[in-house]
Amino acid sequence: MTVRLLAFAGLRDVLGGPKRELSVADGATLADLWAELVRARPQFGPLEGSTRFALNGRLVARDATLAEGDEVALMPPFGGG
Amino acid sequence: MRYEIGAAPLEIAPLIAAVAGPENGAIVTFLGVVRADDDPEGTVEALVYEAYEELALSEMRAIGAEASTRFGPARVAIAHRTGACGVGEASVAIAVAAAHRAAAFDACEYAIDELKKRVAVWKQERYRGGAARWRPNAEV
Repeated sequence: MTVRLLAFAGLRDVLGGPKRELSVADGATLADLWAELVRARPQFGPLEGSTRFALNGRLVARDATLAEGDEVALMPPFGGG
Repeated sequence: MRYEIGAAPLEIAPLIAAVAGPENGAIVTFLGVVRADDDPEGTVEALVYEAYEELALSEMRAIGAEASTRFGPARVAIAHRTGACGVGEASVAIAVAAAHRAAAFDACEYAIDELKKRVAVWKQERYRGGAARWRPNAEV
C-alpha cells in the first residue's frame, strides 16, 4: 500500500522534498515505515530519537498502524514562539 | 477564543477584542519578537517560520482550553506568524482575559511555555551574510 509523507524543517532536506509517496507492506506500523526510510536514506538513522510523527493530522506513537492513503508527517523538534 | 497561523504581520488589538468581556477585569498580552542574536554563525537578521497548520492549530486550541481550566476561567487568543520575520517583528502574539490579573498572567505564561514545547512550528535562523540554520527550542 502507499502512504503520503510530509516532512518539515530540517527533515525536508533529508527526505529530499516536502512530500513523497512511499510503499509499505500491508499492516505496516510507523516504526516499519521509519525502518524503510532509514534503509533508503541512512541520514535518517541518527534522527530517530528526536523525530515525532503525525498520522492524518494527529500526533501518534510509532506503534500506530498505517492504512492505504494515510498522510504521515515527519517532524523534527519544534521551534515556535 | 481565536487561534490563527498566517503570513500577515501580527496585530494584538484583534486578539484583545476576541478575549475581552464584561466578566473579565484583566487582559494580559504577550508578544514574542525577533531578536538580533549574535550566534557563532553570525548575527540573526530574520527568522523564517513554517507550520504544520492543521496540527499546530489543534494544539493551540488544546493549550488555550488547558490554560482556562487550570488558571481561569480565562479566554485565550493565540496567533503565530509563518514566513520571514525581521528583527523587531512579532512572531507570536497571545492575549488572555480573566476575572483577575493573577489568573491572566499565569494563563498567558502557560500558553507561551506550552506553545514552544508542543505546537508544530519550526524556525530557521537567517544570518547576515546569507547562512541559515534550523533552530529548535531548548528542551525545558
